[in-house]
Amino acid sequence: MQCPKCRGNMRTFDRNGIHIEQCDNCRGIFLDYGELETLTRLETQWAQQSYAPPPPPAHGAPGWGAPHGGHGGHYGHRRDRSWVGMLFSS
Amino acid sequence: MIELSAPAPIASRDGVSPTAGAADAAPPDGDPAGPPDPGEAQTAGAAGGRSPGGLERPAAGLGRTTAELISDLVRLAPHEGPVTVLKQGSGAAARGDATGVVVVRVGDVVLKAHPERTSEADLRIRLDAAGRLPGLMLAPLRLERLGTRLVTIWPAGEPLTPADLEAGDDHAPWEEGARLLARLHDHPLPAGLPPDGGHARLVRAVAALDGLDDAPPEIRGAYGTLPWSHGATGGPGELEGLGHAARPGRPMPPEGRDPAGRSALVHGDWHLGQLVRIGGTWTLIDPDDLGVGDPAWDLARPAAWFAAGLLATSAWDRFLGAYIAAGGRAVGADDPWRELDLPARALTVQLAATAVATASRAGRPLDDAARALVSSCRRILAAAPA
Repeated sequence: MQCPKCRGNMRTFDRNGIHIEQCDNCRGIFLDYGELETLTRLETQWAQQSYAPPPPPAHGAPGWGAPHGGHGGHYGHRRDRSWVGMLFSS
Repeated sequence: MIELSAPAPIASRDGVSPTAGAADAAPPDGDPAGPPDPGEAQTAGAAGGRSPGGLERPAAGLGRTTAELISDLVRLAPHEGPVTVLKQGSGAAARGDATGVVVVRVGDVVLKAHPERTSEADLRIRLDAAGRLPGLMLAPLRLERLGTRLVTIWPAGEPLTPADLEAGDDHAPWEEGARLLARLHDHPLPAGLPPDGGHARLVRAVAALDGLDDAPPEIRGAYGTLPWSHGATGGPGELEGLGHAARPGRPMPPEGRDPAGRSALVHGDWHLGQLVRIGGTWTLIDPDDLGVGDPAWDLARPAAWFAAGLLATSAWDRFLGAYIAAGGRAVGADDPWRELDLPARALTVQLAATAVATASRAGRPLDDAARALVSSCRRILAAAPA
């Protein structure tokens, strides 16, 4: 198959169920019907997984609480020695 | 339940003089009873290391009297065995005054020297109560006396250590701890038990800021949002819902229940170091602050960590969820922060004050955890009604 733009040679790739033709010459990409929509849907799913806020605490939080912005605590991900020591001391 | 050996023969041993530190000693530093900070533990001898001769020479950085106390504790052990110093106090004790908690493991027992001026009557009642809570709290083996010090002897368990949490907060037995607390809070109150020691710890922690020029003002500011910090002169309206137990130094009403009906048997100083495994089963240790009080205070330290952004939400959810699922009575399942808010503010102030005082006296800058707690104090102050 020839590139519709520069007449270069098109190479075929299959990635995650999407059929892509790419031109060896101009690097242009040709998508089949519906594949742009599939790509858009996959990207939205990925973005939700990556950027979605963590689930709120199951039992609420005080008004003065720190924002818990990730998997661990705000500071907890550092696993810093002073914090772990604090878990064990009066 | 508790056997108290005659003080005289032990006091006359060549160990701590009965007068040592009695007149001008610093007050007890209120160090935890508990578990040994494994990070600081030092092995004083190998197998058969119960060697007073070797221990009597003060180690570097260890005050003479603390070294003597350690060797006396080792001699009190019922059997010989490897010796490990699990705790040699902080503050005054670390400077060699030997007024704080010292904990030594010798073979299969742990010996704990309680702070100077510990009330023997209160300690006896607390030890007796712990001895009657099988499967819930570790029971002591004996109460002894070393000069001016009360010494308790315990079976050695397998403590949780900071190394167990290297992989994250979720690797701690949060559910097991929560269920033990729920059962403790549901236990009938032993007769004559004093108020829990939690409030006294808060007052001591804030007092430790005295004389520090660099203490962040928001810590005392946040302390000022706690109703009883203004003294016990507030009217009934001000103190409504707090209960007598919320006021430091206030005795409980004769019937042992506060007006809110939340009085229970509480641990008084709960953190992860208060869990040890005995025969594969987790149990609570350290009844030094065991008493009658508001059970929400036993959840307040993890609550303060969570609110400071230190403890992972997942770990906090597991802890509180397990407590509520076990029928714990300290909080309502619909809105646990209704009961937790006040004690969590109190513990935030206590933890921040302790961290700041410790760093300041050591000449160190505040670490991440301390700064997170000071930030929490700032938010508490900002959220308080004017």
